[in-house]
Amino acid sequence: MEETTHVQPQPVDKAKIKKIWVTAGYMAAITILEFVIAFTVPLEMAMTRVSIFVLMTIVKAFYIVAEFMHLKYEVKVLVWSILIPTVFIVWMLIAFIYEGAAIYEIRF
Amino acid sequence: MSATATTIKSKGNVWDGGQSPLKASYGKLMMWFFLLSDAFTFSALLITYGLVRSAHPAYEGAADAFISSQEYWPIPEKVFEAVPFLHGVHLPLVFVGIMTFILIMSSVTMVLAVEAGHRMDRKDVEKWMLWTIVGGIVFLSCQAWEWSHFIHGTDVGSLAKFLINGEWITSTVYGANLTINEYGPPGFAAFFFFITGFHGTHVASGVVLNFLIYYNTITGVYDRRGHYEMVEKVGLYWHFVDLVWVFVFTFFYLV
Repeated sequence: MEETTHVQPQPVDKAKIKKIWVTAGYMAAITILEFVIAFTVPLEMAMTRVSIFVLMTIVKAFYIVAEFMHLKYEVKVLVWSILIPTVFIVWMLIAFIYEGAAIYEIRF
Repeated sequence: MSATATTIKSKGNVWDGGQSPLKASYGKLMMWFFLLSDAFTFSALLITYGLVRSAHPAYEGAADAFISSQEYWPIPEKVFEAVPFLHGVHLPLVFVGIMTFILIMSSVTMVLAVEAGHRMDRKDVEKWMLWTIVGGIVFLSCQAWEWSHFIHGTDVGSLAKFLINGEWITSTVYGANLTINEYGPPGFAAFFFFITGFHGTHVASGVVLNFLIYYNTITGVYDRRGHYEMVEKVGLYWHFVDLVWVFVFTFFYLV
């Protein structure tokens, strides 16, 4: 192991560590808020609940991808080559939910 | 005839070669594109869940009076309400909330491991990788319990109709499998097994990859190599697994 022990670790950047924990704190806060909404907003208000949950999920997804996966700090071309193809997911979502509603109309 | 190598300075366009336009290594780029393809797979599963759900009637009555039936799609928080050691106590979404917290925390420890890798700090990478592995194993154990509870079912069960020898027979069903379940239409349990199972498989392979990284770190492979980029690549995969769980949590358990 003597050949590896001479590697000198660089000093800790306190600001960087703090930023990681602050991001984690935001995500924990959003998850707690989701729970509060799950138990306070009545189940009958389905549309309100779903919109809030979807919005909060997108915020959490942004923090994971941008900060934890570091995509925010990559070259613009890389960012767009990852983000643009996800429009197919949005397209699929709209098409399939529409289709599901149509199947429901036929069956019931 | 002299073979002199001349450096041709390219006139501005980064795509002309000789440099890295995306400023990322081959391995990291391929990890990103693999994750994009994996995102399509998970989207297909979750969106198909949405299709099948919207093709079934929703529960119409008062939320408090909810009982499971094959006739309509269940309210998830009425299904996932059990917590280990608290048998019969109605605690909706508490256990899955704990699982979400565990996975987010293991994502945080992974970021800290990557950060320590940038500083070539082997001791810190070891520490944070170990916490990440522990988080992954705890999450998988929780999922094993959740599956076991889902398969064995509740004490009450629910009524289901079966066509046996041309006659409709009503009997009580307990628990779930791929063809019938006490919680709702057959598709509900099938999607539960497929979506959480596919995600769990990803977590399991993530734990294996994390362990390999941990092993290479303690044996000094990355110190000799001069960089800890492998921690970063596997970190991307691990965060993606966390990202998928955020979506599974919302679309399977909350909505």
